[in-house]
Amino acid sequence: MDLLRALGLSETALQFMLVNSILGLSIYLPLYTGMFSLANAGFMAIGAYVGVLTTQMLGLPLGGGLVAGMLVAGLIALPIGLPVLRLRDLYLAIATIGFGEVVNIILLNFDNFAGNIREALTGETGRFVLINGARGIRGIPKLTETWHLVLFLVIVSYFVIRLHRSRLGRAMAAVRQDEHVAANMGINTVHVKNVVFILSAMLAGAAGVFSGHLTRIITPDMAQFGQAVDILAYAVLGGTSTFVGPIVGGLVLGALPEMLRFLAQYRGVFNGLVLLLVIVYLPGGLINPAGWRSVWERLRNTRRTATGQPNA
Amino acid sequence: MLELMDVSRHFGGLHAISHVSMTVQPGKVTGLIGPNGAGKTTLINSISGLDHPTSGRISFNGQDISRMKPFKITRLGIARTYQNIRLFGEMTALENLLISQHGRGHASLFEALVFTPRYRREEQALRQNAHALLERFGLEHAADVQARTLPYGDQRRLEMARALATQPQLILLDEPTAGMNAVETHSLGEQIIRLREEGLTALVIEHDMSLIQQVCDEIYVLNFGQIIAHGPHEQIKHNPVVVEAYLGEDESEAHGAA
Repeated sequence: MDLLRALGLSETALQFMLVNSILGLSIYLPLYTGMFSLANAGFMAIGAYVGVLTTQMLGLPLGGGLVAGMLVAGLIALPIGLPVLRLRDLYLAIATIGFGEVVNIILLNFDNFAGNIREALTGETGRFVLINGARGIRGIPKLTETWHLVLFLVIVSYFVIRLHRSRLGRAMAAVRQDEHVAANMGINTVHVKNVVFILSAMLAGAAGVFSGHLTRIITPDMAQFGQAVDILAYAVLGGTSTFVGPIVGGLVLGALPEMLRFLAQYRGVFNGLVLLLVIVYLPGGLINPAGWRSVWERLRNTRRTATGQPNA
Repeated sequence: MLELMDVSRHFGGLHAISHVSMTVQPGKVTGLIGPNGAGKTTLINSISGLDHPTSGRISFNGQDISRMKPFKITRLGIARTYQNIRLFGEMTALENLLISQHGRGHASLFEALVFTPRYRREEQALRQNAHALLERFGLEHAADVQARTLPYGDQRRLEMARALATQPQLILLDEPTAGMNAVETHSLGEQIIRLREEGLTALVIEHDMSLIQQVCDEIYVLNFGQIIAHGPHEQIKHNPVVVEAYLGEDESEAHGAA
């Protein structure tokens, strides 16, 4: 905590950073399988709404909201994944951006739609209010505690470590490196990709539940493109060669805006600059030993040339 | 064992293979030769399920596999290698062999999470198998080396080991000696003969006539997507159609290269 204060970070800031880490991990799994998916903002919003409705309407504790949010996100991922995962690379990215926009529009119009159905069924004409359209759900109690997030991250990390040593984990790496060969080696690639898509959606859903009980307000725009790109940025900045990368990426990109408050309106610029520098000079992300080694070599060589010594 | 009946594959107007019928006898090594662009790789892709024939029927042990998904075909017992090496380059040799045993494992993700005895036994068995295969192909030193950093010959042999790790009844070898010198080619031929002695059936696609002569019991010749000749090596060698289409050309090529 003292370290945090020294860096100018409040406990709330730390909690947001930890949520980012969960989001980073949620996108790490599809990226590790070679799936360029931008669907996780949509699943995060689904998790947030389902989780908040569970705790607020049904009066269940946060754990109940977490289970409900993850389950619903996972259940929705199944029918989405079956057709969408036939696509690859940029086409998959575009299709999954579309998914986020659809979630956004459904959330915006859900009350109207449900109201019309109620009118048709019961003849009741009053305004139906459940999730409040563009205004979102307000006044959510802050139930998420730091230890919830830390515990969740520890459990997920263990899960990912074990995953890498399982048949499914190896199959994921194989699908990323060469999908056709993976299929020729007896791997049901469609199955692998769908399972990963569902696991990823459940993690994003969990992050949504935590985030909803942290920001105390949720609005449909959290399903949109901007959030999807933010999530991708956590993984890209941290690096996807190990699962530690996205965790670190989420922490750093969560902390930067807080630590750069003194830059006032320029902090967005600086934030972007940091991301750009990492992508240019450390293409493998922050947590990537090979990348740091090559930067080190480059620096050493530059110094040698500067002092007139021949290049090795 | 493997039977192709009147198989055609057209890409738009291009008839990559047309009306090919051939039989691979169990326990034999069958060769498939033909000039570049004759349709050999298209044929092997159709058998292994990466591609599907436009018409005709491919059956394996009596079962129709013409429209089957590649992973199912592999689990039925057909394995393959690739003309251009397609190892999982970022993984170690050992990991490559673990992956290709995927279809044989049963432990679920949950079992891996809580270390059930079945998961541990299975992992151990997979590793033992992988090490045995590495040893067989003289690759023990490469177990923990990234596949893409291995020397070319090692990569070729690792590909074959990886195909065998799926425990096939039939192995499809797509130009296994491409880029190898005469000594390496001969020792690979001995490997193939050894596999046949162990009861494995093989379909070998080759340019190298010395390997074909060394290992093949029976040869099919493909030219412009059609089978133009079929028989044992001696017969094929003196078939004027084949000599014109392929062998003569190949020999002049060999001289050119030397």
